[in-house]
Amino acid sequence: MAATILAVDDSASMRQMVSFTLKHAGYTVVEAVDGVEALEFARSNSVNLVLTDVNMPGMDGITLVRELRLLNDYKFVPMLVLTTEAGQDKKMEGKQAGATGWLVKPFNPEKLLATIAKVL
Amino acid sequence: MSLDLEMEEIVKVFFEESFEGLDAMESGLLTLDAQADRETINTIFRAAHSIKGGAGTFGFLEISQFTHSVETLLDEMRNGMRSVTPDAVQVLLQSVDVIREMTQSAQAKRPIVTVGADALSGELTRILAQKGASTTATGGDRSPDPSAATPAGMQLAASGAANAATPFVGTQAPVVPIAVPLDSIAGWRITFTPEPTLFQTCNDPLRIFHELTSLGSLDVSAHVEALPAIESMDPTLCYLSWTLVLRGQVEHARIVEAFDWVEAVSKIAYEPLLLDAVSGEAPKPAAAPAAVAQPRQSAAAEATALAAVPATAAKTSGDAGSIRVATEKVDALINLVGELVITQSMLGRFGEKYESADLEALRRGLIQLSRNTRELQESVMQIRMLPIGFSFNRFPRLVHDLSRKLGKKVELKLSGENTELDKTVLEKIGDPLVHLVRNALDHGMEMPEARLAAGKSETGTLELNAFHEGGSIIVEVKDDGAGLNKARILAKARERGLVQPDELLTDEQIYNLIFVAGFSTAEKVSDVSGRGVGMDVVRRNINDLGGHVQIFSSEGRGSTIRIRLPLTLAILEGQVLRVGKEIYVASLVSIIETVQPTRDNLSSVAGRSELFKHRDSYLPVIRLHEMFDIEPDSRDIAKGLLVVVEADGRRASILVDELLAQQQVVIKSLETNFQQVPGLAGATIHGDGTVALILDVPGLLTNFLERQSGRVELAA
Amino acid sequence: MSEGAGAKSAAASNADSEKEQYLSFILGQEEYGVNIQKVQEIKGWDTVTRVPYSPPYVLGVINLRGSIVPVIDLRIRFGLERIPHDATTVIIVVHVPGERGERTVGMVVDAVSDVHDIAAEAIRQPPDALGSVERVFVRGLACLEGKMLILLDVDGLVLASVSGISKAAA
Repeated sequence: MAATILAVDDSASMRQMVSFTLKHAGYTVVEAVDGVEALEFARSNSVNLVLTDVNMPGMDGITLVRELRLLNDYKFVPMLVLTTEAGQDKKMEGKQAGATGWLVKPFNPEKLLATIAKVL
Repeated sequence: MSLDLEMEEIVKVFFEESFEGLDAMESGLLTLDAQADRETINTIFRAAHSIKGGAGTFGFLEISQFTHSVETLLDEMRNGMRSVTPDAVQVLLQSVDVIREMTQSAQAKRPIVTVGADALSGELTRILAQKGASTTATGGDRSPDPSAATPAGMQLAASGAANAATPFVGTQAPVVPIAVPLDSIAGWRITFTPEPTLFQTCNDPLRIFHELTSLGSLDVSAHVEALPAIESMDPTLCYLSWTLVLRGQVEHARIVEAFDWVEAVSKIAYEPLLLDAVSGEAPKPAAAPAAVAQPRQSAAAEATALAAVPATAAKTSGDAGSIRVATEKVDALINLVGELVITQSMLGRFGEKYESADLEALRRGLIQLSRNTRELQESVMQIRMLPIGFSFNRFPRLVHDLSRKLGKKVELKLSGENTELDKTVLEKIGDPLVHLVRNALDHGMEMPEARLAAGKSETGTLELNAFHEGGSIIVEVKDDGAGLNKARILAKARERGLVQPDELLTDEQIYNLIFVAGFSTAEKVSDVSGRGVGMDVVRRNINDLGGHVQIFSSEGRGSTIRIRLPLTLAILEGQVLRVGKEIYVASLVSIIETVQPTRDNLSSVAGRSELFKHRDSYLPVIRLHEMFDIEPDSRDIAKGLLVVVEADGRRASILVDELLAQQQVVIKSLETNFQQVPGLAGATIHGDGTVALILDVPGLLTNFLERQSGRVELAA
Repeated sequence: MSEGAGAKSAAASNADSEKEQYLSFILGQEEYGVNIQKVQEIKGWDTVTRVPYSPPYVLGVINLRGSIVPVIDLRIRFGLERIPHDATTVIIVVHVPGERGERTVGMVVDAVSDVHDIAAEAIRQPPDALGSVERVFVRGLACLEGKMLILLDVDGLVLASVSGISKAAA
């Protein structure tokens, strides 16, 4: 069965890029435009991996990770934050919030797939 | 869809998003000028951040690089490390322009020119180098709070083992690469002691070890000393540590990379094993650690063709209540509805002729059909309607920049942004409005000192208003500036021979002089709007849309330019009229009223023109039958009807034989298969299936007046 | 086998491969032809709305299923005697390339005859003295079963007829 990935990003083009890349690799992708939508979805659905941007209006990625970790179904789901190279501190924040790891933007499809393969 | 096509589609989305983001940045920056607001700065930052990220991802490196400096400046502002100054805002606004240009180039697949970006980069660097006055107490301290590292509810196993109970927090400093020449390396010994909470971030040591095995041969030994008794074991904690020996010529950096995600929450020691030292090492056989965590599946991402499971999207992007439809599709739909209207109208006329009671049902059906068709038509026309705010939204920036440039203080007030009009009308009204606004700012608005001297407030007000009136939309450009100087305009017109020395003109006629090509009373021609080439084009554009423009002014108080536009281009609210055997349609927008002339109201001047006294003015009588060479019912004006029309501030009356219905007609082009005909604005299909021509009232007036006087008319 | 016969059969096979179809119609004493590819339809007489400032051969415009289509009277255009229009009058609707895509125009003729295959080979250049039809509208002459068919250049004819509104407007 294909693994399901929750992709969260307020930028439609980024979401589509990620979605497109992952679907072609055989994953099932669920998209959310921000943390609030993602959290809402997560309350009644489970996925195999969460991929989230950091800078989003409403609820940012770090807060989302922290909130998701509080849900029973999401205690042991790997979560990756998409961060830019400037955000060393963001990586730390992400870690403390419970993120498994990160992916540095901009990334290419190969890197995305390779990184996901490491955790799924 | 092929990979490339799909990527192209995604890149298109990126462009759209970026333009929207740039607009958001611009309007945000404009409000920042007035007062700095946290949320606004955040929004601006996020927009820049998204554009930078997307540009990088989709390969537009120049955009990404330039936006990076912009983002840095914004980041400092939002962190309170730098205060928001008008100069910084100006540079940021200019940066938005530059990014927009670069994005447009990228979208048009043109090479991206970085001249503007390079120049502004210098500016940005300069600003960043200056100490930005910090606005909050927590200046540059960004290290995370150590106590926050301990998640609630964590129990550490009491043990005397090497892995102490102290929670280690992430170090900011990246791992310093151990500089050892690669060819002297035989391998590495790595001691890896993760934080007990490692598993809670779903990090699995096995995964890391697996990754290492791709670099060389790996021997793993686990240290289980810290394992507590089963009863007090918390399955979510990691009590283990490991010693790894990796044999192979591997760079330190590669190993560090493998530990990247856990490095900050672990104690890791790297010891290079040099070639000559290898021989004595006999690593313990890798003992499968008694880890509680289940070993994960294979790390290889097999592209299992499981396309059977369809993707479920939580929601499509942002705006749930709308879809994008190609304009052509909407136009096709409008055409079809137009045809339906004609057919329904034909059937309706058919039903009128018969009186038999049997046909009562038919008649009722036709009435129903008529209503359905009208409602359908209204709905369909609505599809093309957009709020005028789309056009108004460029003005805050324009007024801001222009008033700055001119040294004037102006406040822009917008009202009626939600007033809707047809997409094409909206697109075409943009440029004329820009010109009118520039004109108002340049010529109408006085300098602050002059305003004060005149007893006005230093800051002038420019209003853009839009509202519906009748079947039209009215757009006003209103300023409280100096108003039009009638004497100067008249003098200039006389100078240019446009007006005879003894000719008397009404105020309105004087104001309309400014619409003549090349006319400008500006003392010096500014590059903003003074060349006088604009106003005639403005009026022509408005006329082409089927609308007209009026000027009202009061010297010393200000001016108002009032534009009346039809709501749609495809449909006309028209008055059907008859001259002889021919049927024509005139737009209701131009018609003031229709009167039955009597002999006393009619007079003629020197055999040249026939005049009709209407209220307090004398209107020329246009004999349409003469202009179009038609045989009328009668040549006697008193036996016909006079339709009083107005166009471009001039009034006239058109002689017709009979007024027929007032109805909505679908405008069809004469130019598609034939050509443009003077005096006609198009054609429509009449209820009986024949073609009825639509009159171009402004054009008719112009032609008529030209013929009458034989000289170039004022409002040509 | 003589050379002549061989040459003739060669010519015949060439002609076979380059035939075009022409719709022929009658105007006064003459018979004309237009390339069938240009013909959209043939319709009967319809109510024509006069358009001001048009040359006399442009009768006006008609409603052709929602499109506004101009109608040219070829008799007037070619300087022939006018005849009244009635139920037997025929309008040939053609489409030709224009500046903004295709142009649809109607041409009033006396009657429509037939469709003929005409080989490119069989078309001759028109002689210099050709009567009232301007040479520029004529592609050539074809001889068909003893009759002469004047082949029209529809594109040129239409273009010259529907552009250039008479300056009576000003």
